[in-house]
Amino acid sequence: MARRRPQPGLVLRLYVAGHAPNSVRAIANARAICSEHFATRHSLEIVDLLEDPHRALIDGIIVTPTLVKLSPPPVQRVIGNLSDTDQVLLALAAP
Amino acid sequence: MKIHSQHPSVAKVPTGIQGFDEVTGGGLPARRTTLVMGGPGCGKTVFALQALVNGAHQKEAGIFVAFEESTRQIIANAATFGWDLPALERKKLFFLDARLTPDVVKAGEFDLVGMLGLLKAKVQEMHATRIVFDGIDVLLGLLDDPALERREIYRLRGWLSRTGLTGIITQKSGGTDVDLRYGFLQFMVDCVVVLRHQVVDGSGFRNLRVMKYRGSGFAADEFPITLTSDGLQLSHRGPTELAYAVTDERVSSGLPRLDNMLRGGYYRGSDVLISGAPGTAKSTLAGMFAAAACERGERTLYVSFDEGAAQIVRNLGSVGIRLEPYLKSGVLRMYSTRTRGPNIEDQFGALRDKVRAHKPRCLVIDPLSALSTKVEHVASADASQQFLDFLKIAGITVVNTSLMDGPGTAEETATGISTIADTWIHVSYIVQDGERNRALTIVKSRGTGHSNQVRELTLSDDGATLTDVFVAQGKVLMGVARFEWEQEEQARGKRVQVAAELERLRLQLAQAEAAARLQVVQTEMEARSAEIAVLADATGSASRLLRTDHAVLRKMRHADEDGRGGRRKSGRDKGAASTRGGRGRR
Repeated sequence: MARRRPQPGLVLRLYVAGHAPNSVRAIANARAICSEHFATRHSLEIVDLLEDPHRALIDGIIVTPTLVKLSPPPVQRVIGNLSDTDQVLLALAAP
Repeated sequence: MKIHSQHPSVAKVPTGIQGFDEVTGGGLPARRTTLVMGGPGCGKTVFALQALVNGAHQKEAGIFVAFEESTRQIIANAATFGWDLPALERKKLFFLDARLTPDVVKAGEFDLVGMLGLLKAKVQEMHATRIVFDGIDVLLGLLDDPALERREIYRLRGWLSRTGLTGIITQKSGGTDVDLRYGFLQFMVDCVVVLRHQVVDGSGFRNLRVMKYRGSGFAADEFPITLTSDGLQLSHRGPTELAYAVTDERVSSGLPRLDNMLRGGYYRGSDVLISGAPGTAKSTLAGMFAAAACERGERTLYVSFDEGAAQIVRNLGSVGIRLEPYLKSGVLRMYSTRTRGPNIEDQFGALRDKVRAHKPRCLVIDPLSALSTKVEHVASADASQQFLDFLKIAGITVVNTSLMDGPGTAEETATGISTIADTWIHVSYIVQDGERNRALTIVKSRGTGHSNQVRELTLSDDGATLTDVFVAQGKVLMGVARFEWEQEEQARGKRVQVAAELERLRLQLAQAEAAARLQVVQTEMEARSAEIAVLADATGSASRLLRTDHAVLRKMRHADEDGRGGRRKSGRDKGAASTRGGRGRR
């Protein structure tokens, strides 16, 4: 699966909403998936929309948490607390 | 804790939706949440958007969160209602496109915390007081878990009450009023508005009903709504006060003799109903009214159903009613439409728009029955009544024609317009001696004396005219029968005249004869008188002579009798003479 063809330079951004349970869980899940499947070949930015609400507007974020794969293309969005690891990996590895 | 007054009055914000604010006594509950439910195509989005736009017009900023349609689509749709959203958007309105793109992958639970954070910031920035969540079920459906969906709804509701916004949440409902999925929502919110779309006999009707309104009275009936070019409109059919200005001014019917029959014409601002079978010149009468109004320079609107404007102009032209010049000058506007079009409420809505746009003083609806008898539904009669009330309040004089076919419907209309009409003119056919003639009667006319006589209506190249009808031998005579009767009457008259002349001559002769006879008699009398005088003279001297003789005789015979004997004797002689005469005659 994704492990077999890891993408170099994986750039991720996770939008969360303060300490909402789903957001807290999403951060933990994102970090776990990255360290387990992408090791050092990734960057993960976490944006708290409660601190910077306009960011949601600019980036078009509707629900929290939302994970966005910025690179490599194409841009892919994953919503939810990322507890469904298979779905996350599938989305990140999608061509 | 703050103690509230015994009767806390719910503050309300007007929606600006015609009729809705009246029904709810002021609009939506301020700083509270209203649920707008309904099936597809009921107008939920329009209702919510209209409340928002009208707020924005009153300097109340609002936010529209669209989960279902793109904001671009919504703005385009709003443009059809004449709402310039882009202009309002700059300052007073904000649209959030809250649709997820189809390629989004779902990996676990999510929530609205981030979005509400964004909205809170936006509310503070804009000082917004109203917010709409349109089609939130689209997003929450992705959670695929009723418990989680409910959790987010509660979150939303909590957020709304914390922020103190006047909120509208739209919600889809199936065939039943209570939707199982979000049924709880109805109990949570302060106000529930139910929109319904129903089909009766193939015609669609939209209705609105206020199901719940915490802390406020409201009219609980279902009200017909229309989607007009100004947006949603609610026809308030509740007990409305019939308050409108009344005038004594008369408006010509376009037919001088009809004006006479009505003692001066129709009242300004009244409803006139012209009923009759097909082809009884109802349209002609309506056309004459329109032409007369235009000639006076009054703006006139001619609404026709199932017949094109050009055709009507041509047909009226054939009886000498020329409408083209007025159409060109813009005094007259014609609006033709099909009856089997959009639903009846929408049709009346469209008519209202036309009336508002043209601002006529006189209006013709030809025929009104096309609209109202279309569906045997209480709403259709309601709709026409409301429309007529609307015209009445606007002071517009209306001439409606109404088709009545079949012999059973001689003087009744199915819709009950006849009770609303102030003046009712009925044109019927009278078939007699192989002819159909039009008979016009005034069935009623409120507030005016009117002729109760039947008149014959004839059409010629110069328009319609009314003629007196002849009543002969208990029958009303028209057409050829009348002509024949007239001829016969004339002949009869002539005969009588001649007879009278003859009689006059005869009498004159008799008089002359009598006078002549009188002359004869007089002369004769004079002659007799003279004769008598002569005779008297003669007998006078004779008796004197006789008396002298008697005296001489007595003297001579020394008689002692006093002359009585002599008289007796002469009497006896007389009797004997008569006896003798009698005998001689036998």
